[in-house]
Parts: sequence; structure tokens; C-alpha cells
Amino acid sequence: MPWSLLSYGLTKQPKLRRHFSKRADLGNSYDVVIIGGGGHGLAAAYYLAKEWGITNVAVLEKGYLAGGNTARNTTIVRSNYLTEEGVKFYDESVALFRELSYELDYNLLYSERGHLTLAHTDAAMRTARWRAEVNKHLGVDSEVVFPDELGKLCPQLNLGSDVRYPILGALYHPPGALARHDAVAWGYARRATEYGVEIHTETEVTGVSVENGRVTGVHTSRGDIRCGKVLQAVAGMSSVVAKMAGIRLPIKTIPLQACVTEPVKPFLDPIVVSGSLHAYVSQSSRGELVMGASADPFPLYSTRSTLEFKEELAMHLLQLFPFVAKLRVLRQWAGMTDMTPDFSPVMGSTPIENYYIDAGWGTWGFKATPVCGKRMAEAVATGEIPDLIKPFELERFYRFEQVGERGAASVGH
Amino acid sequence: MACPLNGVRNISEFVCGGEVLDMPDLQTCSEREWADYLFMEANTKGMVREWWMHAASSYWFIAERNTETNEIVKTYPVAALYSERIDYRTGEL
Repeated sequence: MPWSLLSYGLTKQPKLRRHFSKRADLGNSYDVVIIGGGGHGLAAAYYLAKEWGITNVAVLEKGYLAGGNTARNTTIVRSNYLTEEGVKFYDESVALFRELSYELDYNLLYSERGHLTLAHTDAAMRTARWRAEVNKHLGVDSEVVFPDELGKLCPQLNLGSDVRYPILGALYHPPGALARHDAVAWGYARRATEYGVEIHTETEVTGVSVENGRVTGVHTSRGDIRCGKVLQAVAGMSSVVAKMAGIRLPIKTIPLQACVTEPVKPFLDPIVVSGSLHAYVSQSSRGELVMGASADPFPLYSTRSTLEFKEELAMHLLQLFPFVAKLRVLRQWAGMTDMTPDFSPVMGSTPIENYYIDAGWGTWGFKATPVCGKRMAEAVATGEIPDLIKPFELERFYRFEQVGERGAASVGH
Repeated sequence: MACPLNGVRNISEFVCGGEVLDMPDLQTCSEREWADYLFMEANTKGMVREWWMHAASSYWFIAERNTETNEIVKTYPVAALYSERIDYRTGEL
């Protein structure tokens, strides 16, 4: 007999447990200020507290907690990238993700589904082979599969030749997974606040104080604060905030749209991506098809949705899964992605002393939430940039040492 | 988007070519200045002046739009900005 459920039903005022403590007044100073209360900022706050004992930290979020791109992505986690630097980096993130529900004592609904990057052209097959070999060389489970194996991995896929671009094969990455994006943010936030980190939502940073080339404080909509170090993690708003500190970035803010269908019984196990067709789909634990297509064709600071996106997505998705034509689109939204020229992030230090940056996450940021939080916390705490993220420093563009991951990014191209 | 040549056409017929920028002098600029020109972006939230192309007719023109409100304020032919031919001397590299 479910007694607790019965007693809950009979009480007039159910006992609710707060996830985080109520927002405090903004203090005068903090050791570290994190601008941006999304997954990355909250993860950095958690690791700063847990691994480095730095708890005099304030996370400042302009809107509601993790309401930016953390709330808007299509929840895919994978490490089947193209470059050695990229693969090593994202694979550390996958390793962290696998244990994260236990570490945070928070159910992230982490679901290993297998990730398929379909190839419809010889060039795409060549890229699939390249990625598979680089992955295998670095101990990451990826392989090239052909239509016969694809038919077993994803029986619902249209492998016929009656389409414009028939499927020639795919890059199969078994560790590819889905995770509940909000839970990742809330899990990190709850544990961070347990350590004493302060989270200030609806607190907008309006300016950054720099003296003698070093950051000394930030101006916010709720008052000014002095701080020792600043970490900026604001995704689509990266250029706007960096400009406050006098820093220029190689970033264009471009909307990326997504949508979900009505829920249906589970039928799609793997995550299916088609780079050539610019469409990708997975079935969530609620039974909804979560889908995306290519990014918007011009920079815009907006999360508005368009008809063109739905038309393009439908046109391509129905080549892969013709039978979903009858499904209704339930909801559509967008995020503002901070796109870089080489499809790799901008992480590490900046020309301003004690001002650290975590930006350029474009369409590939959610999967990097744990490794980014962990390694940026390390950078802020020690003042040294870890080897794992050194290839992503802002300076690389001035040395023409881009980390080209366009071939491994699912969208944005 | 109002194309100066073809009139008002659906936005999906156009390609954005990026910000209107002055290119540094290839012969005299430093590598750093060149990298800055190639990679760094203003990424302005607000009014921008950009190159745009009408895909069907391959016609390039200038558009001034607001990246916050998504309003296209002005479009005009390139001749309004560039009235003389610019010669990029190759010389010795």
C-alpha cells in the first residue's frame, strides 16, 4: 500500500523541499564571479567548490536559471569528433557524463542510445572513415557501418534508393547518449549551492571594471561588486559581454532552431544525424521526436521560430523516416549560438588578467558541459590553463592554428 | 528584404555575406592585423551594415539591419559606398 502517496493526497499543504536556497542579497565582493548561469557556468561553480575549495563564488544570470542554450539544445552527448584535440576533450566529457547522475545525486536520465552520422555522398563516407580511425586511435568507440548493418541498428530508416541522396553508410558511435538538459543544470546548481556558492538569477551584468589590464569588479542591475577573478560563460551573448571588458571574439551569434513532435510509443533507439541533409532526430524518454536542422542563414540576436526551418526539416527528415509525416509538431523554439570559424570553442585566458572566457560553443556546447566546468574551474583556481583545453585558446586564431571541427559538427553548416 | 535590383523578395532568396569592413593593406599589415581582420567579429547586437546577395540573380548589395529587432532598415546598391575600383596590388609576397 503506497502510504506516502495516500498521505500526500490527504494533506492540504504538501511539504515541498526547495532545490536551492532563496536568492540572497548581492554581496559587495566575491573571490570569483561567474557571468552566466547556464550549464557551463553552474558546472564551473560546482567544480570550483568541490575540487578547489573555492566557495566565495557568485553566479550571475540575467534571466531565469539555465534559460539560455542549456534549456534549448537537443540533449546529445558524444565524442566522435574529427581532430585529436577535439576527441580527447569531448571524450573526457562523455566519461564525466556517464557517472554524473551518481556524482550529483540527481537523475539526469542519461540514456546511451548509440549515435549514427549518416553519409549520403563519397565525401561524407570519407569523413566518416577519418573520424572512425581517429576515434579508434584514441580509444573512442566508433566505426563505419554500411546499409546492411544500418538496417539492423535502425530498422525504421529508409535505406531505399528512391530518394535524392540515398544512404551509403554511417559513422556508428555506440557511446552516443541523451541527457535531460535541465537536470544537468539543476543538478550542478543544487550541489554548488550546498557548498555555499551563491546563484543570483535576474541579475544582469551591465559593465566590467578593468584597472591596469586586470579585472577588478562587475556592475550589475542589482549593484556593483568587486571580485578577484571573472569567468564569462554566456554563449550567444559572448561578444556583448566581452565587449564590456574590451575583448573582441571570433564569434557570430546565429539562431539554431529545434522542435518536438507529439509523444508516441518508443520506436527509435539510436540518435540519427545526417550532415548532408542537415537534419537530426532522437526520441526522448517522453516519446517525443526531438529534431533539428541547419542553423539560421544569418546572424541574429533572437530566439524566434520560422516556417522555413520547419519546411527544411520536414523535407529532409521525411527522406529518412517517411512514416513520421503524420506526426504533429508540438512545440518549436530556438537558441542563440555563438559560432566560431573553426567550429571549436574559445576557452581559457584573455588579454585581461584574471578574466577567463568560456565561449564559442555554437551548436556543440551541451555535450561539453561537465569537461568545460571541470577544466575552466581548474584554470580559474590555478591560474594555469590545462593542457586539454590549451588548443582552444583565443590566441590560436592569431597563430592561424584553428582546430577544424566543421566535419564533425552535426549542424551549423 | 527589398533587393535594390529585384524589389521585395522572400528572405530565403538571400545570402548574408558578412559585415562591410575595410580590408587592411596586404603589403603593409602585420600577421596579427590580418588574423584580426579574418577572424575577429564585431558581432553587434543592434544596427549592422552588411553585404547581401540575391541568390537567384547573383546580385550583391548592401543592407543595414538591426540584429536585435530583425528589422531591415535600408538596402542600397554597392555603388553608394564604393565609387572607385580598388586595386589589390599583388606585388611580391
